[in-house]
Amino acid sequence: MAVRITSPAFKANAKRALADKPLQASMRNFEANFIGRRKAAAERLPEFDALREAARDIKTHTLTYLDLYLRAFEDKVVKAGGHVHWAATAEDARTIVLDICQKLGAKTATKGKSMISEEIGLNEHLEANGIAPVETDLGEYIIQLRGEMPSHIIAPAVHLTRSQVEADFRRAHSHLPGDRNLDEAATMLAEARGILRERFLAADVGITGANFLIAETGTSVIVTNEGNGDLTQTLPKAHIVLASIEKVVPTLEDATTLLRVLARSATGQEQAVYTTFSTGPRRASDPDGPEEYHVVLLDNGRTALLGTPLQPVLRCIRCGACYNHCPVYQRIGGHAYGWVYGGPVGSVLTPTLIGIDQAGHLPNASTFCGRCEEVCPVHIPLPAMMRYWREQQFNQNLTPKVERHGLSVFAFLAQRGWLYRPLGRLAAATMRFLAFGRGRLGWLPFAGGWTSQRDLPAPAGSTFQAAWKKHVKARRRAAR
Amino acid sequence: MSSETPTPPRVGLFVTCLVDLMRPKVGFAAAKLLEDAGCTVEVPPQTCCGQPAFNSGDRATARGLAKQAIETFEPYDYVVVPSGSCAGMMKTHYVELFDHQHDHAWLPRAKAFSDKVFELTSFLVDVLKVERIRAIYDGTVTYHDGCSGLRELGVKQQPRRLLGHVIGLTVAEMADAEACCGFGGTFCVKYPEISGAIVERKVAAIAATGAPQVLSGDLGCLLNIAGRITRDGKPIQARHVAEMLAGMGHEPGIGEPDRS
Ligand code: SF4
Repeated sequence: MAVRITSPAFKANAKRALADKPLQASMRNFEANFIGRRKAAAERLPEFDALREAARDIKTHTLTYLDLYLRAFEDKVVKAGGHVHWAATAEDARTIVLDICQKLGAKTATKGKSMISEEIGLNEHLEANGIAPVETDLGEYIIQLRGEMPSHIIAPAVHLTRSQVEADFRRAHSHLPGDRNLDEAATMLAEARGILRERFLAADVGITGANFLIAETGTSVIVTNEGNGDLTQTLPKAHIVLASIEKVVPTLEDATTLLRVLARSATGQEQAVYTTFSTGPRRASDPDGPEEYHVVLLDNGRTALLGTPLQPVLRCIRCGACYNHCPVYQRIGGHAYGWVYGGPVGSVLTPTLIGIDQAGHLPNASTFCGRCEEVCPVHIPLPAMMRYWREQQFNQNLTPKVERHGLSVFAFLAQRGWLYRPLGRLAAATMRFLAFGRGRLGWLPFAGGWTSQRDLPAPAGSTFQAAWKKHVKARRRAAR
Repeated sequence: MSSETPTPPRVGLFVTCLVDLMRPKVGFAAAKLLEDAGCTVEVPPQTCCGQPAFNSGDRATARGLAKQAIETFEPYDYVVVPSGSCAGMMKTHYVELFDHQHDHAWLPRAKAFSDKVFELTSFLVDVLKVERIRAIYDGTVTYHDGCSGLRELGVKQQPRRLLGHVIGLTVAEMADAEACCGFGGTFCVKYPEISGAIVERKVAAIAATGAPQVLSGDLGCLLNIAGRITRDGKPIQARHVAEMLAGMGHEPGIGEPDRS
């Protein structure tokens, strides 16, 4: 079952987002919050940059020996009494998860936040097979009520205003008194908690993502700020960890290094509120925990990136810092990107996962301001990778015709200065004439994109190179 | 014995296509600043640094233009560019263009060239160690950090240092001066609505400082910002930082009618 893809309609999506008043209102607070908090957290920790380099090196090293670390991880999981399942495709992963659920006769599955589950369209698949998935992260719970996808990797409902959520709660929780107070985030959280409590207890299977998998110990690590991950994985009979292969790291020590940069980059916290390490099912001496522990390792196109210029994107630890600092994401939100991953990392990753023919807009809709790379805790060169996709498009003739023609005219002229310079002078003079002394042009043929949003300042009428020539001549004459 | 006077550095000025076409003043201002600082300035015939082609995925054209620029500017001690964006292209991406090709003939030339390329304010401060600017301006300005200059070349303090030498001038920092203005080369025409939404907030941040003038080191950003300012009818002037430093702070700003 395919997850809805609207990436080809990126432009229309973006336009709709820009006209969406509640979305625009929520995205405004967001900017100040995330950027300011990360900055403060970075300033509080003198070794932050050194940690980032270490984090990058850990991931680079692991990717170099990915097969070895994955096998070591599998080994340890099995030794601890768990099971490892290898899923080459999204479909494989869905089938594996459903099988486990059906064997246990599961009716409901609680879920801790997992982007992979969005990537493979797990909820739809479970529902279609009579199993009710229940999202337990507050943000995920809200978007599940609305039938939406997350719009951010760490703050899935960041695109919504409080009053939108209030309306959703009143609609969905119709058994509660209509006059209850839902004026604050805290009261809404309490309400969701109350409802989720029963679900936690009733669930037969708990499904979580993993922030890291530790090869040394066969452990999966999950961080949350609400503690929902813990309840998801300890209460039900079985715990299924859904993770993509690049989540593995060699040692416990490596995982803690990455955890230190993760929280600071994501929310400006020193650490997330809950960090949970799970190794295998419950042992005889354990007071609680699941009877079964499964890890589903998803490839879904990732191994194909190894050894290519796109390999560095597999270093991503899903902190969302690149989203938070992206001027484009800040204006249009995550849904406009049309699939699971948004923001700069989505612009690199999505084309690999659903095809550049589908996701062609994403690597182009960037100003290349470079802030994503600047803040990425594992130094992924995101703009360079978007440029890589643009090259692929250009080489495969996927670049839009108008742009291609524009480019070839530009290339022809710019490589022939003798033609370029007089034409430049002509253009400058023409534009100056069209401005009629007003200093600016409100409209210009062929520049509708520009003038729809702003004036075009009128040029001086002569080019610098022509004026400079005159200037040099005059100077020489004066010197004589 | 008096020591021999050192030969003044010979600077090739790369004016960028936008300066050439849209605001020649910036080129003159840059030349003046360099000459005041003791350089010999020349402007060899030139076209474009190739950035639009590079960012559109057309590497062959970008490489062709890079070769053209390298050949033209090889004779100079330095290549100075009044734009962080074009300087970033020439300093960092030219090498990358030939590096990927493992081009043995051009890679060393690109590297040697890269060492000589500087953004204007960075050249004045970091290389020439300029400590004096002959300009007076009685007023407040705010400064927008152009993205490429900031992140590819580390241009942040240099323009502010130089502005600090202008007698009477105060810099009022805007909120998140490091946020992109939404220009992004072809981005602004390919995704005009998103670009418009970005520059809208940039202009609001500028207006919130109360400064009647905004400066920046990149004409691309400035055309975008000034275009939005005049469209919204805001009483704020925009100009290239070189103009202010060269004593042209009172002349018409970008998008204002000039009196000539
Ligand atoms: S690409 Fe970097 S900044 Fe973006 S989510 Fe991944 S790790 Fe975080």
